[in-house]
Amino acid sequence: MELSRRTLFKIAGLTLLGLSAKPGWKILSALDQPEPSPTPETLAKKKWGMAIELKKCWQDEGCKDCIDACHRIHNVPDLGTLKEEIKWIWTSPYDKVFPEHEFEVTEEDYQHKPVLLLCNQCDDPPCVRYCPTRATWKREDGIVMMDFHRCIGCRYCMAGCPYGSRSFNWRDPRPFIKKVNPEFPTRTRGVVEKCNFCVERLEQGLIPACVEACKEKALIFGNLKDQQSEIRRVLQNKVVYQRQPELGTKPKVFYIL
Amino acid sequence: MYDGKKIIPGLILFVGLVTSPLWYNAVSGKAGYVPKPELPADKKECIEPKAYIRINHKVLLEDWKESVVRNGVRIYKASNKKNYNMDLNRTCMSCHKDKTKFCDQCHNYAGVTNKCWDCHIYPTQVKEQKIK
Repeated sequence: MELSRRTLFKIAGLTLLGLSAKPGWKILSALDQPEPSPTPETLAKKKWGMAIELKKCWQDEGCKDCIDACHRIHNVPDLGTLKEEIKWIWTSPYDKVFPEHEFEVTEEDYQHKPVLLLCNQCDDPPCVRYCPTRATWKREDGIVMMDFHRCIGCRYCMAGCPYGSRSFNWRDPRPFIKKVNPEFPTRTRGVVEKCNFCVERLEQGLIPACVEACKEKALIFGNLKDQQSEIRRVLQNKVVYQRQPELGTKPKVFYIL
Repeated sequence: MYDGKKIIPGLILFVGLVTSPLWYNAVSGKAGYVPKPELPADKKECIEPKAYIRINHKVLLEDWKESVVRNGVRIYKASNKKNYNMDLNRTCMSCHKDKTKFCDQCHNYAGVTNKCWDCHIYPTQVKEQKIK
């Protein structure tokens, strides 16, 4: 059979098209696929942070929505005494939180207002350095995580944390939980616990419970590595406070007055 | 042997006493006891074959814990090509709802204690008001 140049090109072209069908299909069909489980690389693209707008927070005096929401979903017990208190998110007076701001004549109005406190999810967390069993560590996305299975209750992390964000279970917390949420484990006697920035909710694409619960939208949560994110916009061109920044722990919870 | 009349009956009595639990079980029929963990009636298939689970469930759960807590990876690719959520409560206990009818059956028999339920909560535990 004699092939003209034209037919040869036609056949060659069709063959190429045929051969490229499968790899092409693979590439194109992969575009719509759901995001796979996070790997250290995908986690590293994020760096979670939180901003707290104090003036918005103070609008509704005595509001405890964020604290209630957090404690409800994380099975945080209420032991009733200050000594055994389990703290994930709590408040403290302004002059105690920012003692360096305490001048006689400035910020008078704020001195005794409650400031919302939670684990600062430090970029250089001292608790992680102190933990002898690596039960606490910093994830690639900046969250200081705890493995309750591994905690031996030595409380070195509590001594190391300059913010008092960690609490120890002196006794079985279960009887002190108002209503147990079966989706989240309780803790047991002899482990330390703290705010986990709602890792389990972030996994499902939700924002932390406290941020969701705030009616005044005083809490802003987002990815600090994303320049377009809401938190970056909020933090821009503002005077922003961190707790004890001089310690070099680089907190990722910011306060805006 | 001096005092053989005392020593030999004494020895027999001693051996009898020491092995008495065995005799007791043999007589009462407990020696043939086989634990019967209750299997869910409506589900046919576990995430892995029964033989594998029977031997390796502890390793599997340990691996899951490591994967979820340490690496944030929650999808378990089972040998039957299905994907499962690595979650003690939402995966395992969604079928085996009551640990006293399933886990404890063998664990008690083998004298195994574990601390899973000090923190984790199994579904019927809430329903039956075993905790608030």
